[in-house]
This record gives sequence, C-alpha cells and structure tokens, in this order.
Amino acid sequence: MTKQATTREVLFDPIFNNNPIALQILGICSALAVTSNLNTALVMSIALTAVTAFSNLFIAMIRNQIPSSIRMIVQMVIIASLVIVVDQILQAYAFTLAKQLSVFVGLIITNCIVMGRAEAYAMQNPPWASFLDGVGNGLGYSLMLIALGVVRELFGAGKLFGVEILPLVHDGGWYQPNGLLLLPPSAFFLIGLFIWALRVWKKEQQEPAVFQLAPQVKED
Amino acid sequence: MEHLLSLFVRSVFIENMALAFFLGMCSFIAISKKVETAIGLGIAVIVVQAITLPANNLVYTYLLKDGALAWAGLPDVDLSYLSFLTFIGVIAAIVQILEMLLDKYVPALYNALGIFLPLITVNCVIMAGSLFMQERDYNFSESVVYGVGSGFSWALAIALLAGIREKLKYSDVPVGLQGLGIAFIIIGLMSLGFMSFSGVQL
Repeated sequence: MTKQATTREVLFDPIFNNNPIALQILGICSALAVTSNLNTALVMSIALTAVTAFSNLFIAMIRNQIPSSIRMIVQMVIIASLVIVVDQILQAYAFTLAKQLSVFVGLIITNCIVMGRAEAYAMQNPPWASFLDGVGNGLGYSLMLIALGVVRELFGAGKLFGVEILPLVHDGGWYQPNGLLLLPPSAFFLIGLFIWALRVWKKEQQEPAVFQLAPQVKED
Repeated sequence: MEHLLSLFVRSVFIENMALAFFLGMCSFIAISKKVETAIGLGIAVIVVQAITLPANNLVYTYLLKDGALAWAGLPDVDLSYLSFLTFIGVIAAIVQILEMLLDKYVPALYNALGIFLPLITVNCVIMAGSLFMQERDYNFSESVVYGVGSGFSWALAIALLAGIREKLKYSDVPVGLQGLGIAFIIIGLMSLGFMSFSGVQL
C-alpha cells in the first residue's frame, strides 16, 4: 500500500490518521517527561524529527547491503551515532536546555518511533520516501508534544516560552494557575483525553470492547 | 549500608521508573493486559537491569570517563561522548548472551522469559538506568543497588497496572476511550498516587 502512496500521503498520514503516539503507542516515554514547558518540548521534537528522518534515510540507502540477521545492530549503531551528534550539538549551542533534557536526549536511541520506522518502513523503501516518512512521523510526534507543552505551560504556569501570557494572581493578575498541570500525572490525563478526542473524530481508530455490556432490560 | 538501603527505597518508590519518569511506556502499555505476562516481563526487566547496570558502570569507569584510560598510558583522553553507543551495545550484547545461556542451561526459565528478552533491548528503562547512573556518578555498589531497585520499581508498576486493567474489562467505558485512552488515565491516577511518596525524605 505504501509503494503507491504519494509524497503527500507519506508525509501527512502519520500526523492524524496514523499518529505514532495516539495510535501506534510508540515513543510515549519522552512525550510525557519533557512537556512541562514548551521550550524543552520544541527542542525534543526537532531532535527526534531529525534523528528519525536521517536514520530512515541512511538505513534505506544501505538496506540492500544489510544482512537480515544483524540488521537490528546495524540500525542501532546508525541511530546511536545520530543521537550522539544531536547531543553534542545541543551541548555546544544550548547547554542549559541540554541539561534540562538530561537523559531524554540519550533515550531517543531507545525511542520506539525511530526503531519502529527503520524496521517497518526504511528497510523496504527507497531513501527519499523513507526520509519523508521519517519527517512525517517526527511531525506526528512533534504535534503531540507541542500540544501538550502548550496546554501544560499555558494553564500550569500562565506562560508560553517563559513569557507571561496569563497574568498570575500572586503577581497582581487574575489567573490562578493550575499547579497539577506542571506535575507528571497531568501528561497522562491530557494524552488520554487527546486520544479520546481523536477517536471521536476518526471513528475507525476505536478499539472494540472486550466485553459488550448487555442492554438494560426492564424487569416486570 | 544505610545509604544503600535508602537508595533502594528511593529508586523503588520515590523515583519509580514508570510512574515518576515515564520510562518504558511502550511495553508498559502494550504488555499490561494480563497479570501473568506482566509479571514475566517485570522479572525479565529486573534481571537484565541488575546485570547491565553494574556492567555499564565498569565500562564507564574504566574505559570512557575523563582520564579513565590512564592505565593504558592515555590520561588526557575523554571518551564519555561515546557512552550512548557503548551502553546500547553492552545492553544488546548482554541480552543476547543471557538469552543463549538461559536457552542452554535453564530451559524452563527461558520458556517463561524468552519472548520478552528481545523486547528488553529497546526498553527505555534499561538504557535510562545506565544514563542516570552516568549522570549521578554512582559507584559500583550503588549501581548494583540502583539496578535492582529501578528494575523492581518498573516491575511493581506494570504488575499493578495489569491487575487494574484485568478488572477493567468488565467496566462500561465510553466508546472512544476504550483501550489505550483509559489506560493512560489509569496510569495518570496511579502516578498521582505514587506522588505521595515524593515528600518522603531519606
């Protein structure tokens, strides 16, 4: 099916129709931990999109040369090398951000989106299409991260990118911040609600119930 | 000794890998539909974590750290930027060796854990354990304790979640929320519960 897909489909399908986080359950770890403010969420999205796109590109370029028995290791090495590059760039140009992201940059290596796309798409498709697929999946992930980052920072701290949007009560403004949104559990609730909204909109993504409740019958 | 004990308690409850740092979420959600499989995967994670963390600690201290190569006559070499690549290599190799050893010598255990072992290489918990170890500069004994503790914390969380999800089959969940959506909300509530440990000072 993907063979005939147009560029547009390859690029935009993963954003809503096949979102890596909401539907494929991939790469959730970092989605939760880095979204308490928009800055880290944005940097993480860019880093992951770049790594996914380039790992897909390189793996697709050598896909015919990789023996299938050691393909996992080859993929790992390519991904890990790319992550090292990203990490070094971050440490050189955005040191405070790199410190805030701490281990989560390194965890891009084990982020299932990167591995999953390499295995499922880049091993069967030409480099350019794989590159676009990587960008598309990166964007699907970014969309989720940025949406979470906006909600959590705006309503949790009244700020976006650290700039005050909603003036807080204790600074003489009117907005009472919801501290829960800055805490880890809120990310789970928000993703749960986001998935709910997405599945109400796109009905074909709904999962069938394991047990169907019998309709209530009036007893006479 | 006291210090190690408090490190263990902290890594299990306060810094729970799954519920406080959200690590290993992919398999956490995918494999938590049945209690038995969840416990099987949990045990596999504890075993692998308890072996790879000290191994990575040794590799880091004696090969990669700034000045660690002094014994080879290279005191100015700092290879710590290679840690990602090395850690993932060590993890993949140990998982592979463990799989072969179990297959040969303890087939019963291999049959129980076998299907989970390959999954563990890409489980972020293992990688994150090593990265935290590097960031916080644990020594060898601390890394053993932290390995067991963080593995156990993840196993505990997945077993609890599987228990809840098994009961949940019979509940009347709104249509769009079924499956993945409600799983997230439950994890959120569990993580809220575990946050009550965060005030504990050790």
